[in-house]
Amino acid sequence: MGLLRYVAIRGTLIIPTILILYTLVFIVLRILPGNPVLAALGTKNIPEEQLKAIMAELGLDKPLYIQYFEYLANFLRGDMGMSMVVRGRPIASDIADKLPATLELTVWSILVSLVIGVGTGYLVAKRRSRYLEAFARVFGSVVFVVFIPALGLALQLVFSSYLKILPTGGRISSIEGFKPITGIYTLDALLELNPRAFVDALSHLVLPSITLGLVISGPYIRLALNNLEAVMSSKMVDAYRSRGIREPKVVRHAFKHVLIPIVTYTGLQFSLLMGGAVLTETTFNWPGIGTYLVDKVMYRDYTAIQAVILIFAFIVGLTSLIVDVVYALIDPRVRY
Amino acid sequence: MRLAHVFRDAYIATGLAIIIVFVVLALLADVIAPYSPVESVGAPLRPPSPEHIMGTDNLGRDIFSRVVYGSRIVLAIVALSIALSGFVGTLVGLVSGYLGGLLDRVLSFVMDSIYAFPSLILAIALSVALGPSPVNAAVAIAVVYVPTYFRMIRGQVLSVKNEGFIEQARVLGLPPSRIVVRHILPHVSRTMMVVFSMNSADAILTEAALSFIGLTVQPPTPDWGFDLYKGRGFVLDGKWWLMAYPGLCITLLALGFALVSEGVSRITGARLR
Repeated sequence: MGLLRYVAIRGTLIIPTILILYTLVFIVLRILPGNPVLAALGTKNIPEEQLKAIMAELGLDKPLYIQYFEYLANFLRGDMGMSMVVRGRPIASDIADKLPATLELTVWSILVSLVIGVGTGYLVAKRRSRYLEAFARVFGSVVFVVFIPALGLALQLVFSSYLKILPTGGRISSIEGFKPITGIYTLDALLELNPRAFVDALSHLVLPSITLGLVISGPYIRLALNNLEAVMSSKMVDAYRSRGIREPKVVRHAFKHVLIPIVTYTGLQFSLLMGGAVLTETTFNWPGIGTYLVDKVMYRDYTAIQAVILIFAFIVGLTSLIVDVVYALIDPRVRY
Repeated sequence: MRLAHVFRDAYIATGLAIIIVFVVLALLADVIAPYSPVESVGAPLRPPSPEHIMGTDNLGRDIFSRVVYGSRIVLAIVALSIALSGFVGTLVGLVSGYLGGLLDRVLSFVMDSIYAFPSLILAIALSVALGPSPVNAAVAIAVVYVPTYFRMIRGQVLSVKNEGFIEQARVLGLPPSRIVVRHILPHVSRTMMVVFSMNSADAILTEAALSFIGLTVQPPTPDWGFDLYKGRGFVLDGKWWLMAYPGLCITLLALGFALVSEGVSRITGARLR
């Protein structure tokens, strides 16, 4: 019962955060550009009646404060309005199509970065070589500043263009009898017991998730190394050693303590992960909401941009809630 | 943090060396670049050769010259955005932290909300709304980093606000503006340095990302991120030089700032986040 209350209280606390972000997005995208229809069309030379008709169709003719509340109410009901560029296309269905792709990419990328971060930490702990540690630290700093499109294109060049072993972009080849259920293709392929689809989806995922995973692994590497230093010089480890426990076992035990902060840090990685996803998706033509956002930016489709950014705001709120709850569950000092 | 101390640090020295190389490239672009960055000066899509050490792009322009001139845009945007966000973030952080009360609570909440939001996505939204141009991109990037300054500076202000010397100044009847500027600001300048160095690496990558999406310069202006975007279509034909050099420059410059930031935080012992 205590936990449920904690979740409920934390849950209510994210509402003001989302409202502030919504207000900000509204000011930025509805008020700053002046008339968004004119901005989207890129010309002022359209007849007055036609402009009014478009504005009315998109609900942009009402006073701003009414738009503010109406949009929010509609959004909460799942109605995100219509695209300004592709007329008559509801944005909500676009986003429903794209969201699973982004989810799939980000989850696999987190896995990759955890493997790299934790693996590096473990290797350094086991070998205990100063050179290896120095190398790992430099590696961690360098991957952090890698420009995602540059890395992605370099990987494409090597693995798709020269070696021709991995596809250049997209999510899946056309495979007979494969019907997506959730839209997360690797999961769908498993559910349908379709090994060919699984391998195919995975081969499309390799390069994008390594690109994104590598770039966000920097903080993990640093965190793992710093914690390792603290844990390995702790009294607990001294105690293990003085009891004659062999070194590999000491490392194994100590490593558990290195992992806990890494788990909680995953939530803080979120900002980096989402920004990175936008660039990764664009580089690999991955049809997620990142690519969708960039497409809409190029067409100045303000209504669609507003919806995508609000979706991100909701994801931000949700993630911070999940992180709080996970933190409360694994850290006994947090009371709920 | 003595000056001699700073230059002896290997991280800072290496980082500064990288940054200085790019600043020199930007300042002396007219002298260093062998060709015009915007005119066709050779056959298109030629690999690196003695005449064109980084090859030519699809319009026959010299990539080396474009890379050299491109450093101007990146450095200008990043310098402007860092200066703007540092000024605004520090000012608001000082005022909010010193005055406290409802204003402080509201501002902190708003800043925390912006801080939690993915910075690149916010920068994209702002750039779209303001319209694509280098100055607007700088403003967009600045807004994204204001909360970082705000949080750090405000925290520092809160920690010195109740020290004896501030109380004495207050008892003497000095106006708040004077107390903040003369007595509190010097205490937060070190924090500013740390945040400043930390943000710049990130700002380079954000600028490159905005350019990559086409939100900074218009063609034919040379810009690393934008050139990378235009070069990506040729990568699959094995024309690697179109994207390799701009991409390398972005990462190298960001690395330079990251090294300085690493060194600064080691010297001051300040850990952010």
